[in-house]
Amino acid sequence: MDDEKDSEISRRELLILGAVSAASVAVLGTGEAEAQAPSEASMRMKVAFDVNGTPRALELDTRTTLLDALREHLRLTGTKKGCDHGQCGACTVMVDGRRINACLTLAVMHEGSKITTIEGLGRPGALHVMQTAFVKHDGFQCGYCTPGQICSAVAVLAEIEHGVPSHAAVDITAAPAVTVDELRERMSGNLCRCGAYSNIVDAIREVAASRA
Amino acid sequence: MRAFTYERAASPAAAAAAAARNPESKFIAGGTNLLDLMKLEIERPRHLIDVNGLGFDTIEPTAEGGLRIGALVRNTDLATHQAVRRDYGVLSRALVSGATGQLRNKATTAGNLLQRTRCPYFYDTAQPCNKREPGSGCGALKGFSRQHAIIGSSAACIATHPSDMAVALRVLDATVETLKADGKTRRIPMADFHRLTGATPHIDTNLERGELITAVTLPKPLGGVQVYRKIRDRASYAFALVSVAAVIQRDGTGRVAFGGVAHKPWRVEAAEQALPRGARAVTERAFAGAKPTEQNAFKLPLAERTLAAVLTETRA
Repeated sequence: MDDEKDSEISRRELLILGAVSAASVAVLGTGEAEAQAPSEASMRMKVAFDVNGTPRALELDTRTTLLDALREHLRLTGTKKGCDHGQCGACTVMVDGRRINACLTLAVMHEGSKITTIEGLGRPGALHVMQTAFVKHDGFQCGYCTPGQICSAVAVLAEIEHGVPSHAAVDITAAPAVTVDELRERMSGNLCRCGAYSNIVDAIREVAASRA
Repeated sequence: MRAFTYERAASPAAAAAAAARNPESKFIAGGTNLLDLMKLEIERPRHLIDVNGLGFDTIEPTAEGGLRIGALVRNTDLATHQAVRRDYGVLSRALVSGATGQLRNKATTAGNLLQRTRCPYFYDTAQPCNKREPGSGCGALKGFSRQHAIIGSSAACIATHPSDMAVALRVLDATVETLKADGKTRRIPMADFHRLTGATPHIDTNLERGELITAVTLPKPLGGVQVYRKIRDRASYAFALVSVAAVIQRDGTGRVAFGGVAHKPWRVEAAEQALPRGARAVTERAFAGAKPTEQNAFKLPLAERTLAAVLTETRA
């Protein structure tokens, strides 16, 4: 099964390819660089992982981040690209049960991984409880950071449940609890430029309370 | 990002050999700093050696009563480990004060030590930087230097090392264990792991080409009250202006290391003897010879006050 849907090169990709070719020509000016430049073929690799319960197989440029693999190759555009440098959290997904920044990891590093994106948490008509709580509490305005916020929020509650400490801990040896201070600290890697933070905290607290 | 080839290392020896063979290669583990720098073309490896499959992901007791932390133990797992929280609280505290939950889930023990400075002139390829392009000059010296080093710096570079974890490992006298390309192993005390900038600021550590970190070991627990206090511009997810890692015993003696002030965790053992006499007595000695810029001179009184707050906390 080939999940790649990029056989038709988009205009944007064509522009990127053009820029890469121009750079290659410049680099190839010296003999040494020519000898060491990786060949086109050696820069492509196969990788297979599970996304939201579905096995996926791709052949990718080694430079492809997990974020770009999800968005550009698997067309799962729920996961957003904000800063692309791990600062904003818009690209947060869960890999093997842990939240990470999909922009700061390579797709080829995830052979065999189990990846959960916002599309895997819920869908229209069958929302995840965290999605329902975000809607109820207005935990967003423009919505761009929201998939990352929700993936992060689901993982935060799991981290607290598993006893992962945070900077908000008064006693580092004690089991953490779901408090406002804990949630604010643990969600600090997810920026919201609309400033929906207090409503996001309310939404997460409601989900936590409903499970207690 | 520049093009590169990629391999998954089959064994530690194969990883070290592959890195020694190819001077334009890099190991990749968590990748949270390396990929950030590769996107900006500050790091331009032609080949990546993925070491994530090599194990090194456990925390085990040592025969000496300490802990051996695998190089690939993630920051989250190290901070969460029961024995670390109980016996090395300063390390757990330092870890959770750094980065974000997402980054700590990916970042490794070895990678945290090897992360590069966040000096804005290092990150801006339009600026001169002796660390990024040796010989190009230092943009920070006469630029915006509020975040920069106040001690141990040189005319070539005033960058700081950004790790919180490393400051705690220094105060605990941890040892970095490595495997070299020739198959020999080496134990490097934390005090000798990072380098001051000197005339070669592009070289961050004393590791040799191809030398692979396999573990970090902690000596047996020191007891005492352990504190990591980090002062920064935001309450969360920011690098330290000044940080203090301290292990203070009941009689007022102890150890202290500072972060955010130098190109390595800053610890002056001779200054620690002054701990029972208070913060100023310690910082006067620890920062003797400091050369702050006009913009970061505030770090000297800030270090003293932060230590004073830490000592008050340990007496409470």
